[in-house]
Formats: sequence, C-alpha cells, structure tokens
Amino acid sequence: MKNIYKYTFAILAIGFASCEPEFENPVTDDGFYSSGTADFSKYVSVGNSLTAGYADGALYITGQNNSYPNIMAQQFDFVGGGDFTQPLMNDNLGGLLLGGSQIAENRYVLAVGSNGNPSPVRLDGTPTTDITNKLAGPFNNMGVPGAKSFHLVAPGYGNVAGVAAGAANPYFARFASSESATVIGDAVAQNPTFFSLWIGNNDILGYATSGGSGVDQTGNFDPSSYGPNDITDPNVFASVYSQQVDALTAGGAKGVLVNIPEVTSIPYFTTVPTNAIPLNAATAAQLNAQFAAYNNQILPGLVGIGVITPEEAALRQINFSASLNNYPIMTDDDLTDISSILLGAPFNLPPDLATLLGQLRQVKSDDLIVLTASSVLGSTPDPNNPLGIIGVTIPLTDEFVLASTEQARVTAASTAYNATIQALAGAKGLAFVDAKTALSRVANGGVGYDGGVLTSQFVTGGAFSLDGVHPTPRGYAYTANLIITAINDTYNATIPKVHIGNYGTITVTNN
Amino acid sequence: MKKVLVLAAFALVTAVTYAGGYRVSLQGNKALAMGHTGVAVVNSSESVFFNPAGLVYLEDKISISVGVHGVFSNIAYQDAETGANARTDSPVGTPLYLYASYQATDWLAFGLGVYTPYGSSVEYEDDWAGSHLVNNIDLQAIYIQPTVSFKINDKLSVGGGPIYVTGSVNFNRNLNRTLTDLDGNRANVTVDASGVSNWGWVASAMVNLTDDLHIGATYRSEIILDAEDGDADFENVPNSPLTPFADTKFDASLPLPAEMTVGMSYDFCEKWTFAFDFNRTFWDVYESLDIDFANPETPDSKNARNYKNASIYRFGMQYEATKMFTLRAGYYFDETPVRDGYFAPETPRNDSSNFTAGLTVNLGEHLQIDASFLYSHFKEVDASYNYYSENGVSVPFRGTYKTNAFVPGLGLTYKL
Repeated sequence: MKNIYKYTFAILAIGFASCEPEFENPVTDDGFYSSGTADFSKYVSVGNSLTAGYADGALYITGQNNSYPNIMAQQFDFVGGGDFTQPLMNDNLGGLLLGGSQIAENRYVLAVGSNGNPSPVRLDGTPTTDITNKLAGPFNNMGVPGAKSFHLVAPGYGNVAGVAAGAANPYFARFASSESATVIGDAVAQNPTFFSLWIGNNDILGYATSGGSGVDQTGNFDPSSYGPNDITDPNVFASVYSQQVDALTAGGAKGVLVNIPEVTSIPYFTTVPTNAIPLNAATAAQLNAQFAAYNNQILPGLVGIGVITPEEAALRQINFSASLNNYPIMTDDDLTDISSILLGAPFNLPPDLATLLGQLRQVKSDDLIVLTASSVLGSTPDPNNPLGIIGVTIPLTDEFVLASTEQARVTAASTAYNATIQALAGAKGLAFVDAKTALSRVANGGVGYDGGVLTSQFVTGGAFSLDGVHPTPRGYAYTANLIITAINDTYNATIPKVHIGNYGTITVTNN
Repeated sequence: MKKVLVLAAFALVTAVTYAGGYRVSLQGNKALAMGHTGVAVVNSSESVFFNPAGLVYLEDKISISVGVHGVFSNIAYQDAETGANARTDSPVGTPLYLYASYQATDWLAFGLGVYTPYGSSVEYEDDWAGSHLVNNIDLQAIYIQPTVSFKINDKLSVGGGPIYVTGSVNFNRNLNRTLTDLDGNRANVTVDASGVSNWGWVASAMVNLTDDLHIGATYRSEIILDAEDGDADFENVPNSPLTPFADTKFDASLPLPAEMTVGMSYDFCEKWTFAFDFNRTFWDVYESLDIDFANPETPDSKNARNYKNASIYRFGMQYEATKMFTLRAGYYFDETPVRDGYFAPETPRNDSSNFTAGLTVNLGEHLQIDASFLYSHFKEVDASYNYYSENGVSVPFRGTYKTNAFVPGLGLTYKL
C-alpha cells in the first residue's frame, strides 16, 4: 500500500514538472510574427566597421555581439531566421597582431584619472587576435572595418601578405575564403536569401576625420590611385555599389540598403567647441599687438599686389579678446601659402615668422574641430617654452580642423552617394533606410526611448562609443530597429523590434 | 470499489487559484484537500495551525500529523512587442509541517506546530528580460508555535500561543539593464541573510452552535523579519569609481503579514462535512522592499510594492466513504494583493482559482495516510511593474504572464 503511494507520488512529480503553463498565443509559435514576402533563412550582412560592430576604436567580442546585424538576426529568429555567425575576435581587448607584432590598438574605456575626471583611455593588455590565424568561414556577418565601397569588390583585399603594406585589410584577412577573394564574392557565395548593405561611410570619413588632409578625388575614376584619406569619386561609388547590389540580388535575395549619415551627426566633430580658448585682458592685448602688423599691413598689402583676394584677407584676420571664447589659430591648407612672399621684400620677415603666417587664420564658428584635438589644444609641446601654446601662439595643424570648405566636399560626395543608394533601392524594390535623417535626429535633440533620450553627446548621450565615430550597443540597437522598420514596411513583415534601453553604452573601467 | 472512490474524489472537485504574494497555503494535507479550510473543522492536530481552540475537542489523547507538499510552480513570461520570452526553472519546493496535540484534561490541551506559511522560490534564467528586477529568489520562513487550548464550556473554547519565526532570504538580480564587466558579464548582486528571527502570536476561538455546526476565528499576528548585517555580494562590477558596488552588508525588512480567518463547518447526513473559510491577509504592511547597503557609497535599493489587503474564499467538503477511506475536495478563490502597475516578476501573482482534492486512508486504529492535491490556475495576464527607474526616468517592465502550480502532498497522522 505504502509503495503504491510512493510510486504514484513519483510519477505525478515527473508529470507536473513537465506541465508548463502555455500562452494562448506564444510569441515563439510559427506565425505569431510574419516574415511577409521576405525569407530570412540565410541572412548575410555586408558593410564596414558599422556592420562588424566596431566600437570604442576597436573590434572586440562584446561589441560584435551587439552589432546591428547580430541584433537583427536574433529578431529574425522569430520569423524563420537561421543561424547567424560572425568572425569573432579572440578577446575583448580589441587590438590586432600581425605575426606577433601589434598593428591595431585596444579599445577605449572610460577611466577616472587621478584628478577625478573621467576620460577615454586605451585599455591595457596584450591583444591575442593575430590576423595570421585564419578563421574557418563563411560568416554571415561580412562587415569589414575600414572598407570603402570599392574595397568590397577588390580581389586580394583579404590577402594577409598585403596587410603590412596597406594593400589589404587585416580584418578581412582573418576570414577571406582565399587570398584573391572579394568581400562581395564571399557574401554571394553563401547564397543569401536576405542581405543588408551599408557601405560608403569610409569613402568620406577618412577625409573628414583627418581634417580634410586627403584629396577630394571627384573626377578621378581610378580608385587604385586613391590615398586612405581621400574622398571617393561619386561615379566610382555608383559603379561599384550597383555591382554589389546586382551581385547580392542575382540569386533572388531580398535585402535592405542603408544610406550615409552626415559627419556632423557624430561627436567626433561636435564635441570640441570651436571657441574655447580662455584669455585674460593682458594676454589678449599682447597677442593682438603681435598680430597687428599681420592684420593691418601684411594682409592689405597682399591684397594690393593681388596675391590674395579681399575675402581671403578678411578670413585671415586674427583677433583675440579678454574672454573664455576665443577661437584658436590654425593652418589651413586651402589658404594661399604666403610664406615665401613674406621672406622677401618688402616684408623681409624672418623664416620662422614667415612659416607661422604662411597659411594662418583663426578657426571660424562653421569649422569643426575633431575630437582628438581636445588633448592638443592649449597644450605646450615644448616644456621649456611655456608661451608656446597650441591654438594661441602655435597654430592648430590642419588635420585637427574640418573647415567649412572641406565639409562642403564631404557633403557633396555623401549627397551623391545617397542619391545612388536610394535610387537603387527604388529600382530593385529593396528596403531603404534613411540613416542620415535618423542620425541627425539623434544629434539634434535626441530620440526618446524607455529609459531616457538617446543623443549624440560624447560619453553621456548613449548613442556613440568612446571613439566618437562608432555607435554604442544602444546606438546599434537603435540602428537595428530602424532597419527592421524599413524591412517590415517594404516586405509586409512584422518582425519585433528591441528595447534599446536593454543595450549598454560605454564601458567604464580603470586600468 | 476503489475505482469508484477515486472517481468520486475527483467528482467532488468543484472549481479554480494559489495564495497571493508569497503566502504559501499548504499547512496540512487534510485541510488542503478541503480547499485549505479548517478554522471550524476538528479532525486532527492540523488545528494547531487552523484554529488552536479546536484542539481541545480532539478525541485522541495524542495526535501527531506530519506531511510534506511538493510545489511544482511555473511562470511563463513574454513580451509581444520585442519577442522576449522566459520560463522559470524553479526548484521544487517541499514545505513541511508537523503538528502535535496532547489532551491534558477534558478542558485543556497542549499543542506544538512547525510550519511554513510564507516562502517563495522562483528561478528565472540569468540575464532574462526582467533580470534587472530578479534573477532568482528563495525566501523561507519557519514558524514554531507552542499552543494551548481551553474549553470554557461545551459551546466555547479558546486557544493560542506565541510564534517564533526563523527565516532566510537569498535574492539575486542584475544591478540594472546594461552594466557589465569588460567581458560583457552582467553586473549583479546577491543579498543573503539567514537565521533572521522574530516573535509573533496566534489567538483563536471556536463556538459550537449545535453538535453539527461550528464556527471559528483565528488571528495570526504580523511578524516583521528584520535582516541585519546580511551579506551583499556584488559580481561583475567594473573596476571604476563610477560604479561603487563592492561587497558589503545590508539591512532589510520583510513583513510576514497578519492574517484573520473566520469560517464555519457543518456536519450533515452522518458522513458529510461542509466547510467555509474566509481569510483576510493584511498585505498593506508590504509597502516597499528596501535594501539598505552598509557601504555609504553604494546606493540603496528601493523597490515599491504597495500591496493591498486581500481576501481568500475557501470551500471544502469531506465524505467518510468507508471505514478505511475519507474523501475530500475543495475550492478556493485567492485575490492577489498586487496592485496594477506593481506586478513584479519575483511574485507574479494575479487572482487565482484553486482546486483541491485528497483522501485519508485509515490503516488500523492509530495510523492514517493523508494525501492531497492542489492545482492553481492563473489566467494569462498583461501586467507591468512601473517603479523601476534609471537616471530618474521610470522604466516600466511589461509583459504577459501565465502561471500555474501543481502541488501533490502526502502526510501521516498518528493517533493514540
């Protein structure tokens, strides 16, 4: 008798443990969400660092896990999405080795210094990702940090032998299917049923982040002659971009195209104010006295002899005041170089002064000072010369300032690229994401979410990581939601979005 | 014959839910089988819990009941907006009870009870969508209650005694929705306190209106468990002055609310008993779960609960089918103490309908086997907890919950 109860109890126990509560409509049921007219069983993402999940100045595992394609793939799982693999780095430091020597730095973290102020620093540690260790692909995430539009179709871009010389990409070298493989070829070989393509950012970004130190190659149709900081010709972009879209759609895949945001949306260009040099009355007066001859004699004299225009002379005026809001002095490559003229009669200036004044002006309110200038501005590079202050007596060099003329080149190119992207999306019936408008919304007032407002404010805004260029996981989640919205609209799907508040922002840690 | 009886037992099952909050109504197999009624029922030493005044009417000199329940409870969560979903994998709870009574004279009885009326054991998958509210919780409170029962006259008896409670709590959750260490491991805290004790009391009365009609009332006092110097263990916290979370001690208070029960029982047709109990649990004492960390750098954790008093309506039937078998069945409706907007996933309780059944097998003069079964049915509910905030912004945690519980129980009664 007793045994019967014991066994009954045991059998019931097993039964109850498996008796789970069931929802009337479980989200995990097929058909709860719809894939619409698209098929997500094989999703391949193609792009650059943004697609790879690059953040904080490096590619590292947790960043990759929060890449927008990976976030999307997890949501695609509700509508028949398949596995999504990524060429994960070996660690969360993010640096790269080439045959044992470090070729890329570790990620930034926000550290609190001895003065109690937090600032981005590179994370200590020896990276363990050696790009000579080939990963067994293929990988669904074909995001390659650093890639420009034409790189995706360039054979050999993943040849490790070309990395040291800058002819190949260290990230693609880790997982390219062969030495002669192209990114787009490796993507197409996976026979995607769905793809995303976000490329072209680096075709202007290198120029912009280097303060316009490269060349605007508009008109030059040979990308093999371009330098790393040059602007890609819009026709070259249009040609390679349509090749890529053609290749990705050749097998009948549906997909989504994402356009190029404005550089003025990102904190790399909006964090350092153009006028933050504090001067007292005595210093301002002394500086103005020193530049009096330049303003009142040299510049009008050069206009008189036709070397510069009156507009350039006006642009080059240097004026300081007793305030906290002086504009630093800078050299501008786009100004006429007057140094050799100043050496001769009637000016007869000493060489160091002629060099200083050669392409000198003050930063203007419509210029953009890059993030990396924050550690340079106001510093005294020569410890023996406390008066040699960068921005005050030593001009800020051109690579720290994206002048308004340079911004115009960037905008002209990106506008042309975006026209190509949108036109192709329309022609091919692909989903289109206006990342430019969306990111400008983040930069201008911000976007509300369930835990606050997502803005482009450096460090605190939540959208951008500590390199000031790439998004945080939350920024990537916001991006993923934008793309999912466009996919749902275009393909009549109901893929659920994510709560961006569940995704982190910057990482704090002291080394 | 046996088959007929089993069918009969299930036929007696009337209707539908589970105790609200972290009340666990499993204080005796006989009573549970009758919808956990018992304030006016005299049939065993389970009366130590249900109504001490009833002990003096027990026919046996000594009566000892021991038993255990196996609590199989499950919670499913989903959020249709994002697709997030989770299921608990809670360990099987095994609340025990022991009651003993001794008839000293025909007007005086003594009793002792050990039981666990409050507790909770919920385990979600770590880092699930609501992990900033709870990953897992294990709450236990053991009541030890010496009891005395006096018969004043044939119509009236009273009883009561002090209650000593010893409890423990272990609670883990993530610090917020996003903080991780460098490798992406979510920062979390475990608070742990055990051996937390306090005193309370119980008092009751029973009135015999006729030989067959009894009414009873029992009041069990509120007991506040004040955990002092518990251990707070922080894990995966980045090394930064911006995240000042180091292992420390904590103080917290958890109220075990007072409960008033009134009810009646009626014996009819020789072998039948009907019982009705009404419980009122004074949950309004549970306003907030505040964890006060000893480290002044570590922000204290305030978690609004704002429970409301809640009622339970219990119905039970007993049928002495044969000399060997007594069959029981019952139903109770259990109102949730949780208000709208305070639906926290550590105790996701909406109103429930609860069905019970059971039987006693008499093995000779002295020994009985008591078996019971409880099924708690909760309707699927869309609910949210609106009192979690980040940087001063309220971040509601919403979703759909579906809960159930199956509780088989087995006990022994020894009578002398």
